[in-house]
Amino acid sequence: MSSAWGLLRLRQQLEKGLPLVPRPYQALGERTGLSEQEVMNAITQWQNDGLIKRFGLVVKHRTLGYTANAMVVWDVPDEQVKALGQTLAGVPFITLCYQRPRQLPDWPYNLFCMIHGTDRTRVLAQLDSLIADQNLQHIQHAVLFSNKTYRQRGGCYASHD
Amino acid sequence: MRLDPTDQQLINHFQRHLPVCERPYLDISRQLDMSEQEVIERLQSLQSRNVISRVGPVFEHSRAGASLLAAVAAPHEQVDQVAARINRAPGVNHNYAREHDYNLWFVMTAPDNEQLDERLDTLENHLKLPMLRLPMVEGYHIDLAFDIDWEALT
Repeated sequence: MSSAWGLLRLRQQLEKGLPLVPRPYQALGERTGLSEQEVMNAITQWQNDGLIKRFGLVVKHRTLGYTANAMVVWDVPDEQVKALGQTLAGVPFITLCYQRPRQLPDWPYNLFCMIHGTDRTRVLAQLDSLIADQNLQHIQHAVLFSNKTYRQRGGCYASHD
Repeated sequence: MRLDPTDQQLINHFQRHLPVCERPYLDISRQLDMSEQEVIERLQSLQSRNVISRVGPVFEHSRAGASLLAAVAAPHEQVDQVAARINRAPGVNHNYAREHDYNLWFVMTAPDNEQLDERLDTLENHLKLPMLRLPMVEGYHIDLAFDIDWEALT
């Protein structure tokens, strides 16, 4: 049985990434007071539970040349938001899609999606074709390109930050 | 940045499902027909070139603790300064400038909702700017690992 403290320490260590040594789970065990097997069991369990949604290389898209990042926000009638959210989630170039509350009067938009692309022109063309294909002309939207990254990193939920 | 085909393969195959076994890099090396040492060296190199931030887990925000997307409209000439203040607040893990009246967008995280609200209240008072707070109601697609379009990057 792994100790709760050991598991919390393991989460803190994992947020920094897996050590690049031949036996990384053993190395994590040494840092957290767990056995190699306990570390592997915990990671497998967390993946099955959905606490870990993905386990692998965390790519910095901007370094690769994905420099155009657009947050597209839509003011969708409440009764349509779920269906449209599910539709947008299936579009290949949309990388994230969330429903969020409006904050009237300042913020009328309730559906958010992200397009990561290699340049602004291409992203806008993708958006145009999306609007045409899905008949979204009547839904008010705004495109918020990001023009500077001040911070981008994994969560620090378990750490005191 | 241009990557050689082997680095591209590593990224294509291992943005998810990294092996959980005693020698994960050996397992990867067999799948890609190279040595364990080469896999480790390539991962180190990708990390030092800032192509990957790490090898490891992406935690599900809503399960790992509390988090919230927030935005402020900073005066034009003070955007960098306000962004730096936001970055100094505990719990901020994303922070971007975007082209809109609400020009700074950041994600605040905390161990639980109570501490999250405290962190946001403290920051809002400190910035003296009204803050949009936009919690997730529902996620339809929340996995950032998309297939890299290597052709488009050339």
